[in-house]
Amino acid sequence: MPVQRVSGVQLGRTEDELREEAERGILTTTVGKAVAWARKNSMWPATFGLACCAIEMMAAGAAHYDLARWGMEIFRASPRQADLMIVAGRVSQKMGPVLRQIYDQMPEPKWVISMGVCASSGGMFNNYGLIQGVDTIVPVDIYVPGCPPRPEMLMYGILRLHEKVQREARLK
Amino acid sequence: MGPGELAERIRQRFPEVLEARREVTVTVTPGELTSALEYLRDEEDLSFWFLSDLTATDWPSREPRFWIAYHLQSLEHAHRVRVKVGLAGDDPRVPTVTPLFPTANWHEREVYDFFGVEFDGHPDLRRIEMPEGWVGHPLRKDHPLAGVPTQYKGAFIPPPDQRGV
Repeated sequence: MPVQRVSGVQLGRTEDELREEAERGILTTTVGKAVAWARKNSMWPATFGLACCAIEMMAAGAAHYDLARWGMEIFRASPRQADLMIVAGRVSQKMGPVLRQIYDQMPEPKWVISMGVCASSGGMFNNYGLIQGVDTIVPVDIYVPGCPPRPEMLMYGILRLHEKVQREARLK
Repeated sequence: MGPGELAERIRQRFPEVLEARREVTVTVTPGELTSALEYLRDEEDLSFWFLSDLTATDWPSREPRFWIAYHLQSLEHAHRVRVKVGLAGDDPRVPTVTPLFPTANWHEREVYDFFGVEFDGHPDLRRIEMPEGWVGHPLRKDHPLAGVPTQYKGAFIPPPDQRGV
């Protein structure tokens, strides 16, 4: 029976040992890596649509692009149930504290995707009204460029975040 | 009443009346403002009961620097008038018209927020659009158009191209 290497999972065995393990139906890893694998395959995003990027985010979640393929079709309205915040759109000065409060209410571990150029740097709105980059108020893991990014670009960002989660393999 | 007739009618009481492109503009001093708006509202043949807009303009090189414009409309007579009042640049303040027109409450808060004009006697003069505690009045001409720092809970974070690594 052929053994397929799972991306990001370090098996640490020789070919023969793996073959033997696979025949026994047992695969060994660390707890941290197993937990990270579970986390990345079932991320629950908080709904944080702020502008036109949110339309693309919704499209990514809907049938055509179908985020459910990565176990993340449920956008939670409560930050207490979410571990990923997709900041989709421009953040006004007045929305800044609200965004930070929602971030603070999310349980650890948590990640942030800054979707689109406005969330990442203020974008075309280089003025007094908007926060010039959401990374000034929350730590951002992945920046997705575009105005707005297409669902494929968001999905690519999400997949890169999955890699990061697996790589960090942290257990908190 | 047509605009010419209306201008003539208002000129009987307030001499500074301009009629241009079928628009009537009355210029008054800050001291006259309340009585002028009350007069325009309460006279039977004028009946300007509706304050459709209240806004400001900033002319940094002129004195008076700030001009507040009150746009009044009469729904009975279907005519409109603009009342203008000029304010000093160093300490712009004007009496509130909220007791006359309750809708002026939020409009005056907006002008206060964006231009820093004080409305004496206003019941609740707070910022309305920008966050509380925000520093500056962004629609003043001397406020920079771009490259402004992000203000967040007392911190000033420089614009992205000035942050360094």
